[in-house]
Amino acid sequence: MSNNSAHLFDLKEARGRIERKDKSIRPKITSLQDAVKQFIPSGSHVAVGGCLYSRTPTALIHEIIRQKRADLTISRSLTGMEADLLLAASALSTVVTSWWSIGYAWGISSMMRKFVQEGKVEFEEWSHLALGLRYRAAAMGTSFLPTFSMLGTDLERTNKVEKFVCPYTGEKMLLVPALYPDVGLIHAHRADKFGNVEIDGFHFMDEDIARASGRVIVTAEEIVDSDHFRNQPDRTAIPFFCVDAVVEVPYGSYPSECWNLYDADFSHFSDFSQATNESGVDGANEYLSRYVYASKSFQNFLDMIGIGRLLELKKSMENVIR
Amino acid sequence: MSSAKASYTKAELLAVMTSRLLEDKKTVFVGIGLPMAAALLAQLTRSPALSIIFEGGIIAPELKHGEMPLSTNEVRAGRRAMAFCDITDIFLYQQRGYIDYGLLGAAQIDQYGNINTSVIGDFHKPKVRFPGSGGANDIASSSTRVLVTLIHEKRRFVEKVDFVTSPGYLTGNNSRIDSGLIFGGPFKVITDLGIMGFDQKSKRLKVEAIQSDATIEQIRDNTAFELLIADTLEIIEAPTKDELEILRKIDPEKVMLRGN
Repeated sequence: MSNNSAHLFDLKEARGRIERKDKSIRPKITSLQDAVKQFIPSGSHVAVGGCLYSRTPTALIHEIIRQKRADLTISRSLTGMEADLLLAASALSTVVTSWWSIGYAWGISSMMRKFVQEGKVEFEEWSHLALGLRYRAAAMGTSFLPTFSMLGTDLERTNKVEKFVCPYTGEKMLLVPALYPDVGLIHAHRADKFGNVEIDGFHFMDEDIARASGRVIVTAEEIVDSDHFRNQPDRTAIPFFCVDAVVEVPYGSYPSECWNLYDADFSHFSDFSQATNESGVDGANEYLSRYVYASKSFQNFLDMIGIGRLLELKKSMENVIR
Repeated sequence: MSSAKASYTKAELLAVMTSRLLEDKKTVFVGIGLPMAAALLAQLTRSPALSIIFEGGIIAPELKHGEMPLSTNEVRAGRRAMAFCDITDIFLYQQRGYIDYGLLGAAQIDQYGNINTSVIGDFHKPKVRFPGSGGANDIASSSTRVLVTLIHEKRRFVEKVDFVTSPGYLTGNNSRIDSGLIFGGPFKVITDLGIMGFDQKSKRLKVEAIQSDATIEQIRDNTAFELLIADTLEIIEAPTKDELEILRKIDPEKVMLRGN
């Protein structure tokens, strides 16, 4: 497949995007609407931060769907419900991931199965480490990294990845190509108006995604004063110059969990899974009509879930974290 | 010892068998579901100093019994861990040699221990699409000893998998090493009928032990290729009452050991 993301990137252009970027310390607070309008045109490659049902940038995913983007490529370490929603919204052409389903508890995603088996979306499969090294190679500004993963398998063959013989040891290794997303979406615990970002708990691949991507949009549970960062710079996961837009979105990864703040809403995932298992894409579209298209904002969506439920998830997090 | 035979599900049997192979004071890379139950059971029986590693970037957590995680990237999986790191870095610890055991499940396995968790049929036009590798390929490539656990069925034990997602011994003999995979490899395949290792030279699956209530004919009947059989077959001790009790305390809701 010539459209495999392994063979699509332009190293000089990827570097040029960062050279041309405005790296000044300046306010970047904006709205979900403006961030998506400005930085995510149709056809973009969007790297999605978090992992499976943890710290998914849900508010941004909803906004992408509301603005009717099409022909997107998304990449993510483990891909879940967000891909099913984008599929239902006809926004997706390619998914670059190591694993795609809603989650262990809900069996195999019927949306993923239907769309992939009917050839309506490209499922580009890499091993988990290979995908991580692809982001990291890009984060390093290079074009590949060596690994033993995927050697000898059909993953090596289907992605047409190159092997090389190490000049020092004579051992064979696989060279995974860099993955340079157009834009990275990160949901974080806190940020300041300049785009400095703190993440508590698991960081997943978010720091590499931020460095690898041409643009970065951050939603944060809370916008804090810059002194917060200046007082403990060792805690800064992503520095301001990587970030292009910052939006304050409390509960911005719901129904995913946000470490130490709120638990995942498993019954919400169950309802979605059941709807798509029973009614296929109609079930997913019903979800979109009810929760995404009908709401003008993410706050609207959260209002539908209800403050009572959100507080329950907060309580639940307190019970399971320690 | 009670003479009454304890009753257990196939999933429970597999979890117990897997747990017995996890030596103490080692590290184990654990996926969601059955492997997690097996590793926790090992910690509470033979291997109290076994360190669990999860792909979310989680090192040596202490899970709360009855509060099992539904993914290895969520808060419950990280409870009381000693360290967190990025996902990429946890896999790099494995590539560095820090992971003694990797536990894998499989939709299909072949005579050389290759595993398919990707597609049945053509990759680009699959008849059936599975969720994919996740970290399974990396575990199969880089952990020191891979344990594969699955139900023994003819449709799962095939001569050649439709798609090699995770490498076993590839096409046998030296092919794994020749491909560049100079470390690790499958160690045992554990099923509800028996435990298999690999012939030293040909790298073909070889039955080494059978479950107490299984027969070698049953194993043959449920395998779609010719299995090698060890000269002396060990009869495996059935799960004990203790093992089953602990297992049920760890996962009372059968979150990890669904079905069967």
